[in-house]
Amino acid sequence: MLTYTIRRLLMLIPVLFGMTIVVFFIIRAIPGDPAQVILGQQATKEAMAQLTEKLGLNDPWYVQFFHYVKGLLSGDLGESLRSSAPIKDEIWPYLAATLELSLVAMLIAIFIGVNAGIISAWFQNSWFDYTAMILALIGISIPVFWLGLMEQWAFSLELGWLPSTGRENVRDPVEVVTNLYLIDTLIAGRFDQFGEVIRHLILPSLALATIPMAIIARITRSSMLEVMRSDYIRTARAKGMRMFFVVYKHSLKNAVIPVLTVIGLQVGLLLGGAILTETIFGWPGIGRYIYEAIGFRDYPVIQSGILIIATIFILINLVVDLLYVAIDPRIKYN
Amino acid sequence: MKRKTSFFVSLLIVLTVVLAACSGGNKEKAGDKSETTEPKAGGTLIYGRGADSIGLDPINITDGESIRVTHNIFETLFVYDDKLKLQPKLAESSQVSEDGLTWTLTLKKGVKFQDGTDFNADAVVFNFERWMDPANPYHKGDFPYYPFLYGGFKGDPNHKIASVKAVDESTVEITLTERTAPFLSYLAIPMFGIASPDAIKKYGDKFYENPVGTGPFKFESWSRNDKVVLKKNENYYVNGQPYLDEMIFRVIPDNSSRLTALQSGEVDIIDGLNPDDADTIKANSQLSLIKRPSFNTGFMVFNTQMAPFDNVKVRQAINMAINKKELIDAFYNGYAEVAKNPFPSSLWGYNDKIEDYQYDVEAAKKLLAEAGFPNGFKTELWTMSNPRPYLPQPLKIAEAMQANLKAIGIDAEIKTYEWATYLQKTGEGEHPMALYGWTGVMADPDNFLFPNLSNTNIEKPASNRAFYNNEEFTMLLQQARTTFDQDERIKLYQQAQEIFHQDAPWVTIGHTTPPMGLAGYVKGFKAHPMENDNFAEVYLTN
Repeated sequence: MLTYTIRRLLMLIPVLFGMTIVVFFIIRAIPGDPAQVILGQQATKEAMAQLTEKLGLNDPWYVQFFHYVKGLLSGDLGESLRSSAPIKDEIWPYLAATLELSLVAMLIAIFIGVNAGIISAWFQNSWFDYTAMILALIGISIPVFWLGLMEQWAFSLELGWLPSTGRENVRDPVEVVTNLYLIDTLIAGRFDQFGEVIRHLILPSLALATIPMAIIARITRSSMLEVMRSDYIRTARAKGMRMFFVVYKHSLKNAVIPVLTVIGLQVGLLLGGAILTETIFGWPGIGRYIYEAIGFRDYPVIQSGILIIATIFILINLVVDLLYVAIDPRIKYN
Repeated sequence: MKRKTSFFVSLLIVLTVVLAACSGGNKEKAGDKSETTEPKAGGTLIYGRGADSIGLDPINITDGESIRVTHNIFETLFVYDDKLKLQPKLAESSQVSEDGLTWTLTLKKGVKFQDGTDFNADAVVFNFERWMDPANPYHKGDFPYYPFLYGGFKGDPNHKIASVKAVDESTVEITLTERTAPFLSYLAIPMFGIASPDAIKKYGDKFYENPVGTGPFKFESWSRNDKVVLKKNENYYVNGQPYLDEMIFRVIPDNSSRLTALQSGEVDIIDGLNPDDADTIKANSQLSLIKRPSFNTGFMVFNTQMAPFDNVKVRQAINMAINKKELIDAFYNGYAEVAKNPFPSSLWGYNDKIEDYQYDVEAAKKLLAEAGFPNGFKTELWTMSNPRPYLPQPLKIAEAMQANLKAIGIDAEIKTYEWATYLQKTGEGEHPMALYGWTGVMADPDNFLFPNLSNTNIEKPASNRAFYNNEEFTMLLQQARTTFDQDERIKLYQQAQEIFHQDAPWVTIGHTTPPMGLAGYVKGFKAHPMENDNFAEVYLTN
């Protein structure tokens, strides 16, 4: 298993390198001149030419690529073209905001999705099963931005229960240490602020959780149905074991592998794919950071941003693969 | 398993309690309009906006969202008030020599930067040196507006500034290499805010996130894409001002969400309102709606170097075919004035005598036939995919214009590009007809006319996207630049507008007056036409 892990980690290198090449060329293939966008409409031709030279965009592509990769190897993610800020310093707050949001969303999705799937399988063809599966179908098909706006309308505007945008009560700002506000408020011992942060998390994380929740519920259900038809489950039930234990202990453990795979993939998707949620809820996350960088043709930000998300995506899936072994002793990596 | 279940149950209980406790004080909103109008000190104002600042060093930015913040931290030597009149700010007065080359500025005394250091002639000279000299150790960044106004940096052949000298503690002498009528206007551009030399030395290339100026608010913190926090400058030289203790600029990208945030009391003032949502604010007695005076023009450019738009009759015919009034009513919800000139009527030099092309389908058809196209022709109409301040619904406007063109037999296919691509392709002149627009940064007609219409700017990548090449027109602009007599300048610009009208290189569409929403308890706010809002005089009555 150790060799397997090391091998997988080593495989990161060619994968990420290949991806860096692809991203590097794709973003340069889009028309649009960074100097023009940075300088704005009032830019003069001379100023644009000077800036292009200064940003090193006149260099041949291989020189630019070489500089970028050389920087990466020494841990330098480059500098934003539009703000001249080092991406290394800039990126963590965005990433932290997205991590916090997507992890909470994922917890909700897993907790509700897995349980809904299990109960649907347990009481197959019951009213619960039908309702849950219809809701899951709606959940997969619903546009996130619409759901987000409806949540804001209902819970912020009409009921006035929850804030509609942002991460905190800006009149009483969180003292930032890690940029994960749930942790920062606890470090500061401010439980009232912790509550505020949770209140701000509810609407966006629910919006973000909908699709993974629905997918997890459906996968759990079908996987559970398969397991519950197997012989050892019949035996367990024949022994007179309580149904709850049969389902949650014996069946779930065997049904969980495909569910875990889907969860791993969904977490990865949430990290980069939360742009709509981040936009609607004014959430300063990494999806919007990269999206805006594309509008500005901020090449280094796009490259490094995608690189980081891809790395996390691959690592999460590696963890999932390793979890297989922990859960199912029949699986072995040699 | 049992332990886990009970953990979740208790977590839920805790959450419910926390929620109940926190949601109590959320709904209270003031807005009693009968309250005293005497300014009240104190409080926090939260401004909801669509995008974050890019940097907070004014000389290194070009975007409105950065200026919105820096304009409250920094001050310029001169300033445009909300009626677009040039007023002294950090300077007290100015004098120009006989030959029109040497400007002597007398500075305000007793002004301090927010870090406690003195604002004086040396500080002004330090700023100019930093801006203009690429060899200066503090010249770090792009300084985009400097060469744009002064013809290049120190050492460049067309650089307009010969020297900047401190004569005494509060007198600065600036010598130019050519007569420049709008020079004081240049000094009023918010990018030329005077920064604390000590802070620039201290922070170096991190100054853009540690700005220090003389303005009413001092910088406190910035969480990117989220919020910028400013605190009251206790030592501001205007007695009693600013009234607010704190100003927070929050980023809420989605227009509808921003409106919800205003309605639910999370922010106190918002811009970037959908024109259709203005009615929601009007209907709410606790909110008030204001219109920002117009300082932009939305228009469509013809590529005048491309057939058939090289024919002036074709351009005039299309000008008659477009129903501007209908466009403004339908897609601006009335928050715009119909445009007949390249710049808005709030700016001096506007020629009101010009009679706009009347919407007349028959006359347009006739003119088109005279031009040799009795059956019309096929062409393309380009538009950008995202709204711009001067074109709130670009695609819909393009579609309506397409229908107008169809009525005179012109078959225009709509092509849409994302902004960066759009700027590049139109700069290269690939478009036959393209929607475009302009927001002024200077209260001078030159800023609207010269970049967009002078024939010195048709070389690709061109800022004159109509590729309008009229020597006589350009000469008028050049002449106006070097004329000091204001009446004479007005005459020159009015003459230029007549030529523009005759040649019809654009279809002018509208000057927007973007609506903004305010909580009823926000008082003293004046929307500045150029978006250089100053919050020193704003106060809260709740």
